Amino acid sequence: MPVLNVIQAVNDALRTEMRRDPSVVVMGEDVGRFGGVFRATQGLHDEFGADRVIDTPLAEGGIVGTAVGMALYGLRPVPEIQFADFIFPAMDQIVNEVAKYRYRSGGQYACPMVIRSPYGGGIRGGHYHSQSPEAHFVHTPGLKVVVPSNPYDAKGLLISAIRDPDPVLFFEPKRVYRAAKGEVPEGEYEIPLGQAKVTREGGQVTVLAWGAMWHEADQAVREAAEAGVDCELLDLRSLQPLDVEAIERSVKKTGRAVIVHEAPRTCGFGAELSALIQERCFLSLEAPITRVTGFDTPFPYTLEAEYLPRAPRILRAIREVAAF
Amino acid sequence: MRREIHESFVRRNGHDVHGEELTPFSQRPAAHRPEKEFPLERVLADDGSADLARSHLPQERLLPLYRLMVLNRALDERMIQLQRQGRIGFYIGSIGEEATVLGAAEGMAPQDWIFPCYREHGAAILRGLPLAKFLCDLLGNAGDLMEGHQMPCHEAFRPGRFASISSPIATQIPQAVGAGWAARIKKDDMVPLVYFGEGATSANDFHTGLNFAGVRKVPVVFVCRNNGWAISVPRERQTAAVTFAEKALAYGMKGERVDGNDLLAVYEATRLARARAAAGEGPTLIECVTYRMEGHSTSDDPRVYRPAELVDPWRKKDPILRLKGHLVWRGLLSESEDAAIRDAVAAEIQAALREAEALPSKPPLESLFDGVYAQPLWQQREQLEELRSAVAADPRVARLRGEG
Ligand SMILES: Cc1ncc(C[n+]2csc(CCOP(=O)(O)OP(=O)(O)O)c2C)c(N)n1
Repeated sequence: MPVLNVIQAVNDALRTEMRRDPSVVVMGEDVGRFGGVFRATQGLHDEFGADRVIDTPLAEGGIVGTAVGMALYGLRPVPEIQFADFIFPAMDQIVNEVAKYRYRSGGQYACPMVIRSPYGGGIRGGHYHSQSPEAHFVHTPGLKVVVPSNPYDAKGLLISAIRDPDPVLFFEPKRVYRAAKGEVPEGEYEIPLGQAKVTREGGQVTVLAWGAMWHEADQAVREAAEAGVDCELLDLRSLQPLDVEAIERSVKKTGRAVIVHEAPRTCGFGAELSALIQERCFLSLEAPITRVTGFDTPFPYTLEAEYLPRAPRILRAIREVAAF
Repeated sequence: MRREIHESFVRRNGHDVHGEELTPFSQRPAAHRPEKEFPLERVLADDGSADLARSHLPQERLLPLYRLMVLNRALDERMIQLQRQGRIGFYIGSIGEEATVLGAAEGMAPQDWIFPCYREHGAAILRGLPLAKFLCDLLGNAGDLMEGHQMPCHEAFRPGRFASISSPIATQIPQAVGAGWAARIKKDDMVPLVYFGEGATSANDFHTGLNFAGVRKVPVVFVCRNNGWAISVPRERQTAAVTFAEKALAYGMKGERVDGNDLLAVYEATRLARARAAAGEGPTLIECVTYRMEGHSTSDDPRVYRPAELVDPWRKKDPILRLKGHLVWRGLLSESEDAAIRDAVAAEIQAALREAEALPSKPPLESLFDGVYAQPLWQQREQLEELRSAVAADPRVARLRGEG
């Protein structure tokens, strides 16, 4: 099986779906001949031509707005937003249009599309090349939100997202775009949206993570194991739909939960997870549900190591929770 | 009319630079002839001569501006080197666009605010930003005015009325309009200058900003640096209009198209636009036709998408060579004086770098939480304590993998 990194897996998924389904089109800034600033669409322009791999003018609202029209008229657009930080000019189209089209037309219309965007910090990108905006979208009914952590999942989840009848925000962990490598099957395969993956089984503390932070959490649970704390690690993979059963099952077993995310703490997706765990596992809880997250600041430049909720801070939380 | 090489590439055989078909020029709906209505204004001729009746830049400003252009270029080249050596994280400069950046800033009054894009470091320096301070910004160190919050090249410099740089494209355009509007409400003689690339003209904020300014005749000067490229996207893929200047018509304002590599022409157009705005005649959109000679930034390799033959014709139009030719023509600069300027500039950069690099490489931990709000809320206060104790417990908290 070929070993790919995350970008290559995304590229492979796009190519696979474009070969299978002529209605799939890719669009965005620099995605055409250049193949995207991260090269995720490399080679697609050559293979599928300028009609299906479209370099757009510089306007995210225009990219998503035209994608809505394309989707309504039967194409399956996969717009790329160059960095998740630049998704905000398209917010009106995404939140008020994409998310509500099916509902507001009583199901007469729908605009399925996959909005791909690299997200997250740790690449010395400062405020505007580092943010993790997933919570905004999970908070918008009508949108699905998927965040893979590795190449195998990236390909399988992206294929499922493209085939999904609903619009999907697909956030790609740019910090591990090249660093995360793994075996990826050739050809098509789907990973259903809404299934978390238990990447390590354990009995003492449940750790929930997704995207780039799964890698930090993975390191932390390994270090915790050396220190005698046996953790169970879940890679959520999809935040909406959310695999709440997998979370419930794990926390009912361990009685303890540590939630890790890169976005600021206040109203981050961890707040929702914490509420759900409290509602569903109250009688099993042995310690306060703990969040290890980015701080309530804009994403900084110089102090990004300090900002990011990396393994040492996660490990600390695991130990505190285990010892509670 | 003299056709610019730039646009001849655009229209060559009805294809874009990559050979993809464009809507034939003759079939476009334009009822007017933009090249005639918006001729490329130049003051400097190729041989360095100039019609001095058309140039109002005071003679004593010529050499300081030339020196600043040389400094700007040398700074960009040195910083690109530093980035390659890993001493700074990122750089984005203005190689080839110095006349646009500096000519426009020079055309404004000292009290005028500047709303920059991200290539106008020369304008910040013109407005008094000390070089060592700029370098601290690039290093994000303890001397950084932005407290390490922003990426390199996103400086703000309030004493020079130089607003804060944002990466998101075009956001500064309506903001500049608001500042000019406020100045008029407060009856101040202040006309903002706002810079943006031609790619930004596709963004919603460009339309909004120009529309608001046009409707209310807001005093503001819009400078579009048409450098031909928005990362890999050539200008003809941003607009089907023949010029960017003609967009002014639809907003009910004056549009100008100038040779962006001609410092005197850019200065002249900006000075006149400023005077009209101050006289209540409303805003102007100035398209400066120039060229991005290097990659978009240090993160970019233009060889992947841009054939070298597109860039080569622009080498002999280098704005610094153009101004040098003029200074020589006027008898204001000799080769040995030019060499002395270049040496002095290199030494100045070196000294500033030494000064900046002597400072601690990181601002203090609490700076992470400074300025989120005027006063930190309980979240920032608690989280600072949390971070302090985490760093004390495990120094890896303050190091990314691979960092020393
Ligand atoms: C809203 C937004 N979308 C995308 C980007 C990514 N990006 C950074 S610079 C750039 C091209 C800008 O081109 P132009 O406006 O012509 O300015 P130039 O860099 O050529 O000076 C793009 C797409 C961004 N910074 N902001």
